[in-house]
Amino acid sequence: MTVGEANNDSKILVFSTDKISDPAIDMAGLLKLHYPPTVYTITIPCSSAIKPRWILYSFEQGFDGVFIAADGTDCPYGESCTEKTGLVVGATHQIMKDKGIDPARLKMAAICSVCSESFVKHVVSFNKYLSKSSN
Amino acid sequence: MKKKVGVYICHCGGNISDYVDVEKVRQSVESINGVYLAKTTMFACADSNQKDMVEDIREQNLDGVVVAACSPKLHLLTFRAVVERAGMNKYNFVHANIREQVSWAHSDNKTGATEKAIQIVKAAIAKVQNSEALEPVKVQATKAVAVIGAGVAGMRAAIELAEAGSEVYLIERSFFVGGRIAQWDNICGTEETGKELVTRLYDEVIKHKHVTLFTGAEVIENRGSVGNFMLKVKVTPRYFKLPCSDGKLQEAIDVCPVIVPDEFNFNITSRKAIYHNYPSEYPQLPAIDMENCTRCGKCENVCSSIDFTQKTEYLNLKVGSVLLATGYDPYEPKKGEFAYGEIDHVVTLPQFKRIVHYCDEKLSYKGKDIKHIAYIYCVGSRQVDGENKYCSRYCCTVNIHTAITVKKKYKNIYNYHFNRGIRTYGKQEVWYDESSRLGDIYLQSFDNDPPVVEKRGDKILVKIKDVLTTDKQLEVVADLVVLVTGMVPRKDNSIGNLLKIPKGRDNFFNEIHMKLRPVETVIDGVTIAGASQGPKNVMESVNSALAAATKSFSLVDSGELALEPTVAEVDEQTCEWCGKCDEACPFNAFEKVEIEGKLIARVNPVVCKGCGMCLPVCPVNALNLIGLTDKDVENMISALIPND
Repeated sequence: MTVGEANNDSKILVFSTDKISDPAIDMAGLLKLHYPPTVYTITIPCSSAIKPRWILYSFEQGFDGVFIAADGTDCPYGESCTEKTGLVVGATHQIMKDKGIDPARLKMAAICSVCSESFVKHVVSFNKYLSKSSN
Repeated sequence: MKKKVGVYICHCGGNISDYVDVEKVRQSVESINGVYLAKTTMFACADSNQKDMVEDIREQNLDGVVVAACSPKLHLLTFRAVVERAGMNKYNFVHANIREQVSWAHSDNKTGATEKAIQIVKAAIAKVQNSEALEPVKVQATKAVAVIGAGVAGMRAAIELAEAGSEVYLIERSFFVGGRIAQWDNICGTEETGKELVTRLYDEVIKHKHVTLFTGAEVIENRGSVGNFMLKVKVTPRYFKLPCSDGKLQEAIDVCPVIVPDEFNFNITSRKAIYHNYPSEYPQLPAIDMENCTRCGKCENVCSSIDFTQKTEYLNLKVGSVLLATGYDPYEPKKGEFAYGEIDHVVTLPQFKRIVHYCDEKLSYKGKDIKHIAYIYCVGSRQVDGENKYCSRYCCTVNIHTAITVKKKYKNIYNYHFNRGIRTYGKQEVWYDESSRLGDIYLQSFDNDPPVVEKRGDKILVKIKDVLTTDKQLEVVADLVVLVTGMVPRKDNSIGNLLKIPKGRDNFFNEIHMKLRPVETVIDGVTIAGASQGPKNVMESVNSALAAATKSFSLVDSGELALEPTVAEVDEQTCEWCGKCDEACPFNAFEKVEIEGKLIARVNPVVCKGCGMCLPVCPVNALNLIGLTDKDVENMISALIPND
């Protein structure tokens, strides 16, 4: 792949979680499952800790998309994580709509600690969507 | 903002530098304001580099360090220790993952990988520049460990922990100890039988004043975290009281009208609702299986030890660490897999071992004398189409050892081994050698061309295209076909779900790292041992049990644990108590306090787990996680975007 091709990929910020989804992203590398190198990760303890302002700041700074690799039901901090992460995404989608940002630029999926293939599938298809929608 | 940050970029041999131009990364970050030195290193984790880092920090008075290397899950603690040795606060170190999430993930795109590595290192520098020296949160740790599973690994771990000085609660779901080993007679490599081994361990467990054994017990609730797990244990009664006379007991068993398949013998025999698996089994008190008992009352009439008034008990245990040694299940072939369940004389290896146990003079099964035995290897392991891609490790050796036992125990036995490559690793090769000397015949096929079992008249034929005789089609007429089945995770793995233990690709419990942190899980304070973690033989199980016991003990030994200081923090100026953080917190870490006439939220740092669930719910953004503030996150976001 050339530099030019790499530049066609969308810049995606992934919020991964320390105990659950980040190990899956690590394992994607271990298994040499490839995804665009314009996917960057910031690791946080739990997906329900993401502030909408961080997501909006990412768009302001130039990220094309934000992907929340959520803990889902595997969250070590409790079952309410799924619902709370959902509320964060819902609230942020509303702000994005109000600001005229395509809400589909924020995506969330539960990524368990071994869901490496699922992670790669999600970011690859998200990248395709973002690349298309930006054209 | 720090002025003297040291940046170390690791080649990891070539694991990183084969795909990422580490020198280009170094050049891209060396001139960043505040970066004092930037170096590449062949192995950042090597002793020599660690010494260099310590010297740099001391001599150059560095105020922050970034290491760009493998995943922090491997070496975060290593490098934190390095900076601490140099006198720096460990929270002024930031780890950048450029191996798992860069060089390996993007080995198909070296330019893209290098660009990504540069941005990741820049983000780590941005983070370290804003980092603060922090002190860990200290919590009291209960000096007690719950060991789940009283098989060979669990009992050995319990003894080790008790001898070290910890209280141990040994919790076994079944009514008898020993796990799978109790089902085995002779064990290769030792003169001891499985039962003798169980007896020896049980005797040690029982005499140890620090071990409390619960049988028929199951953990049903878990609260708390490392240092202080609160476990709720359900203890099912045996409906037997001491003393229990053997004669009366046998009468009670005889009158019981319920007959169910005996799982201890892998369903080749049956048992009553009142049972013990074998006469001298421990604890030496039988149990009544209430799932199958009809409460007819016949046993009560003949045996006064039976007591149906016993009730289920619930216990609350407080422990500092949990050690899981829940074992494995043998693979159960599907109906029709090598004719299993379709031809009577096709059995699994565990069933075969029980048949050998029950046959003294001559080997027979279901009325048929057995002389010619065909063993089909790798059933349920190394599957081409199924989910179990892994090798079960123990089966080649155990099967060959069993074949030798059979040949020595009975007359005129002919063994035929239909294998896919024998894996009697290490010293276990001696049994392979012995079996070959005794005249056993080995036939081999490739993964995609397994042997075929079929019935012709009253004979069982096993056919193979044997690669050892240049693909000759060979047939063996067998009296019995033994499917050499491997290990699979426990069917009921509810304890894993309860403690949120991740599973690996093979569905067994997953350790953090196979070599570096082999018995720890991502759930702090929970260690894993034995075959619950993956196929292991007895020796390997015991080794892992000792390692897990040592790790668990190290957590509870000092009575105090240093936890990550990444807890929530309230900005007292901004906060106007609304209670939303309190509602969102799953740990009740918030309290309402009044300061100078103003109600605000306060965080109890010992109770706070640092999950951050409270952060997004605060309507005035008065909450941050220490070490992961808005500024930290937003600085990293800005740094991740290339400037061009």
